[in-house]
Amino acid sequence: MSDPALQNLPGEVRHDEMVAARAPWDHVLRKGQTLRIVDVEGNQAVDFLLYALADDAERYSAQDTIAAQGNIFLKTGSMLLSNEGRPMATVTATNVAYHDTIGGACSCESNTLRYGHHTKSQHACVENFLQANARHGRGKRDMVSNINWFMNVPVEADGTLGIVDGISSPGLYVDLRAEMDVVVVVSNCPQINNPCNGFNPTPVRMIVAG
Amino acid sequence: MSSTADPYAAQAHARAQGGTRVESMPTLPPGDVADLPPGVAADQMLWAETIAPGGYGAKQLGRGARLRLTDIAGDACASMLAFNAERPAERLNVADTLKVQWNAYLGAGKLILSDMGRVLFTILEDDAGTHDAFCGASNAAANARRYGDGDNWGAHPNARDRFMLALAKFGLARKDIHPCLNWFKGVRIAEDGATVLQAGPFAGGRHVTLRAEMDLIVVLANCPHVLDARPAYTVMPLRVDAWRGPLTPVDDPIRNATPEGLRAFLNVEDLYRR
Repeated sequence: MSDPALQNLPGEVRHDEMVAARAPWDHVLRKGQTLRIVDVEGNQAVDFLLYALADDAERYSAQDTIAAQGNIFLKTGSMLLSNEGRPMATVTATNVAYHDTIGGACSCESNTLRYGHHTKSQHACVENFLQANARHGRGKRDMVSNINWFMNVPVEADGTLGIVDGISSPGLYVDLRAEMDVVVVVSNCPQINNPCNGFNPTPVRMIVAG
Repeated sequence: MSSTADPYAAQAHARAQGGTRVESMPTLPPGDVADLPPGVAADQMLWAETIAPGGYGAKQLGRGARLRLTDIAGDACASMLAFNAERPAERLNVADTLKVQWNAYLGAGKLILSDMGRVLFTILEDDAGTHDAFCGASNAAANARRYGDGDNWGAHPNARDRFMLALAKFGLARKDIHPCLNWFKGVRIAEDGATVLQAGPFAGGRHVTLRAEMDLIVVLANCPHVLDARPAYTVMPLRVDAWRGPLTPVDDPIRNATPEGLRAFLNVEDLYRR
């Protein structure tokens, strides 16, 4: 009957869209609106950047966000900060234990290092980000360290880190409340050489409310 | 009568200032520096500069150049950006640097990678061991909260605005300020993901030596680490030396140390195969 993905949203649903596996997506989020990202089939990494609508040289900064909260993991309550140190969005709810913001986006070029030159022609998140941003006059200089919702990157005591099996599952979600007018740019990650998408990229659902 | 009342006197007044030495300044030519790096001939020097507390510096370096950063007094924080000098849209990628090498911490034998799958720098030597790839540059808001102000024209400049000025002089702008590395102030990641700052102060004279694997623009800002909790704006001078060196040979042990690193070198060699 009632759609569980639409429960406990603050305000009226303004937009509800399935983003195809492997595809880019972008959307303007007004201050106060909530974006719910639903991991429909489970363990699908959603590579994510924010740009200030008024000045896209101000954008999400993983380093400012990590430094301010004193932790590499994004959880309920995490404040996503810009490179100017200003709040862009708040993680108001998530039923996944934590999300990643140190792993960055896959690219054709980094895939050649990580897996070999046979992966050079595979689709990658940087290709999606470049395509989504190109429609708005942004380019390669606008690529910075991103968030990977639903991706699991632990750091061991000796510093060893890596993308390992996910801790999400079908229907889990993250809610973000915009703290300023922002452009959300997403790559629904197409990576097939590591477990970030369970070796099977799947669609995700984007719901905007408020 | 004033010593600067007419252009002749003003000229003499200005010229009398030449030759002044202060602690934080570049030496030109760099081979004239009194303390050459051990084993380096004066005519091989490319850069010798002491960057002031709160200051910044930048330089284009050729492939093969060695770049040594020295924490002279044990309390420098060298925030670094790096670009392909020929095509600056290619720049340091901190996430790829960690992810591709499967490790969170920088040190001797590690590579600094670009966003195009290439090696910008190899870390040849590191006797500091406390560096940070997680917390990035301080900004005006953070410095204003801690010190009362963070402006370039004040007493507490922030690293981000230092980067902005340095980049502007290469025709680059705010969009080119990418996530940075911080040398000499360390951040370790605890089991629960917490960032743990190694703030020092440390023994003076610690250094890292990098080898440029491409033609690069390197930008350095020497401002207190963004997590440095000391209430006073605390940072000491940073010494920078660079000199010419040979290109990395195909049998270089670091080039061949890991399959991921070797492919990054193959990508660099492919770039210069033209």
